[in-house]
Amino acid sequence: MFNETNCRFAKTHEWACAEGDVATVGISDYAQKEISDVVFVELPKVGARVEQGTPCAVIESVKAAADFFAPVSGEVTAVNDALGDNPGLVNQAPHGEGWFFKIKMARPAELDSLMDFEGYQRSVSH
Amino acid sequence: MYSSHTATDREEMLRAIGVASLDDLLAQIPGDLRAAHFEWPPALSEPELMAHAHALAARNQPLACFAGAGAQDHFVPAAVKALIRRGEFLTAYTPYQAEASQGTLQAIYEFQSSICALYGMDAANASLYDGATALAEAVSAAARITGRNKILLPESLHPEWREVLKTYFGAKGEPVLETISCPTGRLDVSAMEARLDETVAAVVVATPNFFGLLEDAPVLAERAHGRGALVVAVADPVSLGVLEAPGHWGADFAVGEGQGLGNPLNYGGPYLGLLACRKAHMRHIPGRICGLTTDADGRRGFVLTLQAREQHIRRERAASNICSNEALCALAATIHLALLGPAGLKEMAELCLDKAHRLAEQAAAVPGFRLCFDGPFFNEFVLECPVPAERVRRALLKRGLLAGVPLGRYVTTRKHSLLVCVTEQRTEEECERFVAALGDFAP
Amino acid sequence: MTSSEKLSIEKSVPGRRGIWFAKASRPAADWLPHHVLRRVPPRLPEMAESEVVRHYTRLSQLNYCLDTHFYPLGSCTMKHNPRANEEVAALEGFAAAHPCAPETAVQGTLEVLFRLERLLCELTGLAAFTLQPAAGAHGEFTGILVAAAFHRARGDRKRKEILVADSSHGTNPASAALGGFAVRTVASRADGRLDLDALRMALGPQTAMVMLTVPNTLGLFERQIREIAEATHAVGALLYMDGANFNALMGLAKPADFGVDILHLNLHKSFSTPHGGGGPGSGPVGVQARLAKFLPVPRVVEKNGRFKLQTRCPGSIGRMRSFAGNVGVILKAYAYLRGHDALRLRSVAENAILNANYVRARLKDLYPAAVDEPCLHECVLRTEPEKMNGLKTLDVAKRLLDHGFHAPTIYFPLIVHEALMIEPTETETRETLEAFVSALRAIHAEALSDPEKVKTAPHDLPVRRLDELAAARNPNVAWG
Repeated sequence: MFNETNCRFAKTHEWACAEGDVATVGISDYAQKEISDVVFVELPKVGARVEQGTPCAVIESVKAAADFFAPVSGEVTAVNDALGDNPGLVNQAPHGEGWFFKIKMARPAELDSLMDFEGYQRSVSH
Repeated sequence: MYSSHTATDREEMLRAIGVASLDDLLAQIPGDLRAAHFEWPPALSEPELMAHAHALAARNQPLACFAGAGAQDHFVPAAVKALIRRGEFLTAYTPYQAEASQGTLQAIYEFQSSICALYGMDAANASLYDGATALAEAVSAAARITGRNKILLPESLHPEWREVLKTYFGAKGEPVLETISCPTGRLDVSAMEARLDETVAAVVVATPNFFGLLEDAPVLAERAHGRGALVVAVADPVSLGVLEAPGHWGADFAVGEGQGLGNPLNYGGPYLGLLACRKAHMRHIPGRICGLTTDADGRRGFVLTLQAREQHIRRERAASNICSNEALCALAATIHLALLGPAGLKEMAELCLDKAHRLAEQAAAVPGFRLCFDGPFFNEFVLECPVPAERVRRALLKRGLLAGVPLGRYVTTRKHSLLVCVTEQRTEEECERFVAALGDFAP
Repeated sequence: MTSSEKLSIEKSVPGRRGIWFAKASRPAADWLPHHVLRRVPPRLPEMAESEVVRHYTRLSQLNYCLDTHFYPLGSCTMKHNPRANEEVAALEGFAAAHPCAPETAVQGTLEVLFRLERLLCELTGLAAFTLQPAAGAHGEFTGILVAAAFHRARGDRKRKEILVADSSHGTNPASAALGGFAVRTVASRADGRLDLDALRMALGPQTAMVMLTVPNTLGLFERQIREIAEATHAVGALLYMDGANFNALMGLAKPADFGVDILHLNLHKSFSTPHGGGGPGSGPVGVQARLAKFLPVPRVVEKNGRFKLQTRCPGSIGRMRSFAGNVGVILKAYAYLRGHDALRLRSVAENAILNANYVRARLKDLYPAAVDEPCLHECVLRTEPEKMNGLKTLDVAKRLLDHGFHAPTIYFPLIVHEALMIEPTETETRETLEAFVSALRAIHAEALSDPEKVKTAPHDLPVRRLDELAAARNPNVAWG
């Protein structure tokens, strides 16, 4: 899943890690800190089509709701059911067990429009 | 009138503010936008006001009420009236500061629990405006959950509730509402199945329905689920003292008009919208929800929870715009249910059922009158009259009886149909008077 | 004082009853087929009346309320709820009226509805009102549907957008979205008013309506309201006024004169009807004459001193709810207004404005005003964590509870950091305001001397700070 070399980040703080034409997606460590304690993640349904840059999930904290924008386009092939019982996984392991869902990418080249790990780190460090 | 400042207060306060006169504070309202004149009646002192109010109230005719159609004349116990008038409940705001609102919050938790128990559901909110708007919210949630866009509404649902749904969704154009005709007064299983397809998000099943009849709810629910649609039940909470709970016959959502639980008729409001659902749908229902938690010392306490659903956080992305609800009416219902308990509620429901059935038998025995529909009913029934129902109502009005609701106002082909409702409040003598008056119309 | 109370279900003892009825002549099973009958009775508490009365009385004592505490929630107008109004609404003649009773049998109620509509027309300068909406947000939704119907009736189907101010109540954008409109947010300027240039940029043939709160949520009057109205009308859009803050204008100004086309009022705010812990409210909607035909049914009409309900109104958006409105609330507001003449009405607004400015003036050295100029009915101040050992508005609010005051509205409007939104209302005495000011000043001092005390407040309430995170992650919303 996530590793620093194969992962790409959107300006809106989502990450996508590709294995073949399937990308696993989630939110960055920076984003989970900003949102603070996640209480619920409203995920898309398996089979749903998502478009890069458009909202397709919602992350709720006690007093806020943040949109999750699809980092790449495609069809949702699996969702992380563990978040249903334990949304805190997003805070504990945003790059690991706190992943959101998997997308069968329609246009893998979209990954190129995203930042690499270092670029993203720089963008949120100032 | 209700301000307590003296002239000295005003002066000293203006000085503390650092302005010479009140006009200085109003300077931001351009002079030409201030109104020079209000056409207003003279102020009434409190005794004058009460005299005026009594005179107006006296222009309403006291009637023994046999009308239902979404509002029923149930008894309101003295303890309910006394407790909801307590200033601590009456004059508190929405419990935004939980630590200073534990009374209201715990009462909401008890309300939600009581409604869940009645309807056989897992979760309920703190109330909505009324039954009709609760239904609008429930079907809208069903559409979001299923990702489908059509709602099937039986003709046996209150026509005004259907109108409310039309108003709610008309401008947006979704979800699409489709009405299934019910010539027998009930939703026919095959008529529903004929309309069920992959676009149907929910079927609304009202039981007792608008005509008072009980639907074949378990079968309807099973067939609807078979096509992937959700089932939204509409049920009178009082009826659930004897009738099977929607959650037990398969409904996914249950809504109801809760007025009958401790709230007077009040010519239509404030009433009480009830909304309950299964656990899986809890995060999709709108409105305030109270949750149990603990405080910093580990003591039990209550808070408003799941707030990230609501308009003050999601703004235009919120599923509903509701803010204020009917908290005090919900409190009345909670207290009433605590007084009743399961046995009292059953007793009350059985009394309604029994009185309604006896009146129905007697009324249908009057020559020229008959029951419009076959089938089991709770405490409302449709009486077919030999003359326009409006005439029957007018005649009974002269005898101090509100005979019911003529259905011609909803359906032009039902001019002779009178929807009659009998609650625990109606006495033997009133029922006899009712039947005797019908005798005047015997052919 | 009571500090905790078991749940009613925990006090339940099988066989206890708080009320009983005469026995039915025959049981339900004699009338109905077996399969429709309830198999398992609902799990409701079983209690004697004495216990029910004590239980809910004790619960009530866990609340702060207007009758016991100053309750300066901004934008909520927690003014005194006159008890005469309660008595009026409870009169049996009103309370027992069935909503389907023929008009001849409910002339008293219909007359009140009619007269209140006329009074609200006079107060606002608008031509027609509906009393049907059950709350402010319900009124907004009604107004939005009226606007949609108005444009549709002119054959104008391009208007898909509603503009709201960034300082608006959350209900405004939520109501607009419910009506099927896209929502565009217009920024406010540093002085808290809507940015007219930004508004002009955003307006266009796609704009259906502009929604504005007047005075706005900073307690400030939109000085350029007429220019805003002109710009809005110039592109064919309508101007909506959220009247939640109408208390500031009562008897002083008529919104119709500003160019407002549609507005809602909150009877449970400006018109003194009690909030009841979250409702019932009532949110009447007023409109200019050319929009009157779109108002929801039923409409109350008068002919030769007789009052009728009209349900067939071509052009109407339809029914917003069952029946005519929250009549019990409407009666209280009517009683309130009849206790005033024009002069007294004006003093409502004047004293509300005086009180808000007094609080602002007495506190702004420690809690700076979001906009440093006189306010109308409410003032928005800020907590400065950097000057208070890092303590925030939330901490100040919780500590205020220990000092015997309900907290103001906090963290709203969203455009002000660490906002404390204070609306004292006209019914509070100078002594109460002074005590409140002293408490906030004392908390500021405490923040410097004993910040931990403030950070862990409240200390003297039935419960300490509550774990909202646990409540939201694992919701327990019923006793099951």
